[in-house]
This record gives sequence, C-alpha cells and structure tokens, in this order.
Amino acid sequence: MSLTREDVAKIAHLARLDLSDEALATYQEQLSAVLQYAEMLNELDLEGVPPTSHAVAQENVMRDDEIRPSLSIEDVFANATKQQQNQFWIQTVLDEA
Amino acid sequence: MELARLSLTQLRDALRQGKTTSVAATKAMLAQIKDVDQNVKSYLTVTEEDALAQAQNADERRESGEESPLLGVPVGVKDIISTKGVQTTAGSKVLEGFVPPYDAFVVEKLKEAGAVILGKTNTDEFAMGSSTENSAYCVTSNPWDLSRVPGGSSGGSAAAVASRMAYGSLGTDTGGSVRQPASFCGLVGLRPTYGRISRWGVVAFASTLDQIGTFGRTVADCTAMFQAVAGYDERDSTSLNTAVPDYEAALTGDISGLRVGVPKEYFIDGMDAEVETAVRSAIAKLESLGATIVEISLPHTKYALPVYYLIAPAEASANLARYDGVRYGPRLQGEDMIDTVKKTRSLFGPETTRRIMLGTYALSAGYYDAYYGRAQKVRTLIKNDFINAFDNVDVIAAPTSPTTAFKIGEKTDDPLGMYLADIFTLPLNLSASCGLSVPCGFDRQGLPIGLQLIGNTLQEATILNTAYAYEQATKWHTQQPEIAV
Repeated sequence: MSLTREDVAKIAHLARLDLSDEALATYQEQLSAVLQYAEMLNELDLEGVPPTSHAVAQENVMRDDEIRPSLSIEDVFANATKQQQNQFWIQTVLDEA
Repeated sequence: MELARLSLTQLRDALRQGKTTSVAATKAMLAQIKDVDQNVKSYLTVTEEDALAQAQNADERRESGEESPLLGVPVGVKDIISTKGVQTTAGSKVLEGFVPPYDAFVVEKLKEAGAVILGKTNTDEFAMGSSTENSAYCVTSNPWDLSRVPGGSSGGSAAAVASRMAYGSLGTDTGGSVRQPASFCGLVGLRPTYGRISRWGVVAFASTLDQIGTFGRTVADCTAMFQAVAGYDERDSTSLNTAVPDYEAALTGDISGLRVGVPKEYFIDGMDAEVETAVRSAIAKLESLGATIVEISLPHTKYALPVYYLIAPAEASANLARYDGVRYGPRLQGEDMIDTVKKTRSLFGPETTRRIMLGTYALSAGYYDAYYGRAQKVRTLIKNDFINAFDNVDVIAAPTSPTTAFKIGEKTDDPLGMYLADIFTLPLNLSASCGLSVPCGFDRQGLPIGLQLIGNTLQEATILNTAYAYEQATKWHTQQPEIAV
C-alpha cells in the first residue's frame, strides 16, 4: 500500500497535525514503507479467528456507585495555560451569529 | 563500605543492621549523579532536596522501630510516571512544565514501602522508541560505552541503575522498553503480566500493551522493586484483582525439573552470532542446573512486528488526541481553535508524529478492517502460540534483543530498522505472558548480552526464580561499567 501526498495531508489534518511540505513527503515515504511491511499479514487465512483487544480481558468492571472527593478546583487548573472563572479558556469555536 | 557499589538488597540489609543510613546512601547516589550524569544523562529531574528529606524521614522512622520493604532505599522513576509536585514530561515538549497533582499508583506504593525517590529518568517521547534518542530533552548514553544507546524507551532508568545512580528503578514496557534496555545495560529488567501492576497515573501510550516494569542490578534487586509496586488498584479497571505472592521468598535457586522451551523462531538470520552463542550457552547452563530443554515453535512470531506497529500506533493516536494545550501543557496560540491545536501539537517529535499518523490511518474509515481489525485477529494467533507453548513448558528462553547496544544515531533515519530492535520482545506484549531479561554475557566489545525468560500469565515467580538460579551460577552480574566504579 502506497500513500499519496493527499492521503498523508488528510491524515495529518484528521490528527490535527500541522506538517510542512517536506515533512509530508518524508512521512509519505516512511508510512508507505511500514504499511507495505504490514502487508505480510495478508498471507494469513483469518477466517473464523476472533479479534483480541486485551491480552488479559476483563468485562464490565464497575466500581461502587458512591460519592467520592475528586481533585480540587485549584489542582484541576494548576496546569492550564489560560483559565477564567474556573473554566478552561479557549478561542471561540461556534460563530456568535 | 563503598555505598554506591552495594546492590539494593545489600543496602537494605546494611540499613536494617544499622551499618549505614538512608541519608548516607542518598548522598552517595547524589554524588554519583553529580560526577557521572553529565556524561550519561539519565535523569531529566533530580529532586535532591526532597530526596534528602525523604531519607532523613526514613532514618527517623527506622530509629523509632518502623520497618518497611524499601525503607530508606534510593530509587529512580521513569519520567512517564506521575509524581505529585514534580514535573512529569513523558520525554515530550507537549508536557513541558506539567506538574501532576497526584502520584501514580506505583509511586504511592514506593512511598508506602519507604523508598527515597531521587528523580525522574529520561525516556523516548511517550515511551515510543528503542534507544531513548526520541526524548525531546536529551540523549542518554549507555554506561558501558558512551557512544552507544542504552536501549529504550526506559533508557534513563536503565542507565541510572547501571551507572550506580540509583539502587533500582521503574520503567514501562509496551513493546520491550524494560527488557531491551536491561539487556543493553547489563541489568535485570522485568515486564510483568499485563494488569499485574496498576497503571493509574502513568501517561498512556498504548493502553492494551502498557505495563510498568522494574530494573535491578541483580534478580533479587529487581524482585524487591517488583514486590513493592505490584498490585491491584480499582482506579485502573484493567489491573488484576488477584493476590500478590511473596516473590522474594520464591527465589530459591532450585529449578530441577523445570521445563524450558527454546523457540526456533527466536534464532534468526541477521542476529549477532555472539548473542546467539551467549544465549545458547545460557540455555545449556539452565540444563546443567536441572532444567529440561525442549525445542518449541511459536509459529506466528514474524507477524508480531507488523501487528504491533498497527495496534500500538492506533492506540497511541487515540490516547495522544488529548494533547491540545487546553487543560495542561504549553499552548501555542493560532488564528482559531483548530489552528491553536495544530500549532500546539507541532511540539510532538518526529517519531511520535509518525505513530500518530500511522495510527490515525489504521483507524480511519475504510481502512479499519484492513489494518487494525486484521491486526487484532493476528494478535489472537500470537497470543495462542504462547498459550499452546505453555501447555508443555514452564519457561521460554530466548534472546532479549538480536544485537547488543548500537551506536547513537545509527538507526535514527531508519524507523523500520529501529522497530526491528524489538523483534524478540514485542510478541510477549501482545500476549498474556510475562518476561524478563537477565545478563548472560558480553560481546567482544565488552557490551552486555541479555537472556530473555518468558513465563505464563502471572507466573512472574517462576521466571524470576529461573533467572535467580542462572545468576547464582554465573558471574555476569558482578561486572560493572568503568563509569560506575
């Protein structure tokens, strides 16, 4: 599987990565090489083989539904670049109109 | 008594017998860090004042009659493991300045056990790498040859222990990141069964593969670290709620009747001849100690690398989506919110970016079944290889890495070549097995070689005791890099 420059640019946008033309060209080549290597998996007949998500799988792990203290407001915002009135400050994402 | 040269368990005995103090041992480590770490660069942060205060406290507790498993023992912690009030970067500029508001489960456990934390050790960015060269902060050197890599991603934790800048340390192993650096640095490194140790508070890379592991200069040291941090924790819903056995008591050195499987797929063209010779003679040593050697097959071994490099990046791309500069880490302001997120994420280094791209592609609409879905099915076959093998053997013996430590810069332009460094360690992470690396010789250049011992689910005691029996019958662990002396 060889990726086109457009494929790589699309992936970068989906992953919210801002890549230069030079970086796009490098990743196009390197990702294509890894994907070509992965084609080895096509040799196998996987009819009827179930997928494994976790090696040691557990199901429906629940904790008791009881109220517990969480991090303090101070701790929650301690690492934020910008905050206002106990909220994380970001740029507008919806048009005001 | 040269304090820095004592092993962790020797120091623990000396502390218990009142022959030395934690303050003295901590000062010895800090002095070694001052002397040597400018060359090795294993620590990203050294918490000198805090360490001395913890040591003082440990000495006072001991004087008042208290005892705990690692009371007063100075250790290092990989910088991907959260430490309350101490910067935790995961080796990334994306987390520069991030100060966790809580300790990871394993750090809580270390503190409960009385350990003194010396600082945070270097790692490949988000633990993605096999050489620690992907750290955004510095390149760590191998203590046995400063022009070579210590392995990775837990290279800082390994180099620190090998250089006598910590008595033991914590790492993480997603595809071999504890065993491979242990092999390169001449240490014992354990990667327990997935879920044996709660991952709560560890920065996530690939959540179905990540597990914390421990380093020691000897099997007993590695075991003492493991004993202290193993356990269930409801804050990690994947941690296993089963009792933690007495691993230290399991080190009897008796392996008579043990069935050791040697997988033919782990001895391949292209591996170092010296590695093969050392590993084969280590297997012969196990036989002379009373083990039965059985040739086995793990037929899907060669598929582990492509499976890993689809599953791990896929999980990483999802985990790393959280780094947007909003709640923590630096924010690089752009024209609008999407632009800000993109600019902020340009702080990721090249390998992390590569894996995010690869994972995003493998999970994207139209390709999910062909890549991620297929990889998950082959993962089943790899997992079953181990399950079938453990029907007939107790332990699997193999090389940890196909080579000894390579030169800094040698593989940085060749991602696939770098990935091949993990070819013998990756399969285990895809399965429900546990594994370790124990020193089994040196090549002609004086670089350490590691023997990998793999055990069945939660059979850490079996592989640790096998390694212990081997270690007691050999002298590899007594050799030290010159820089440490």
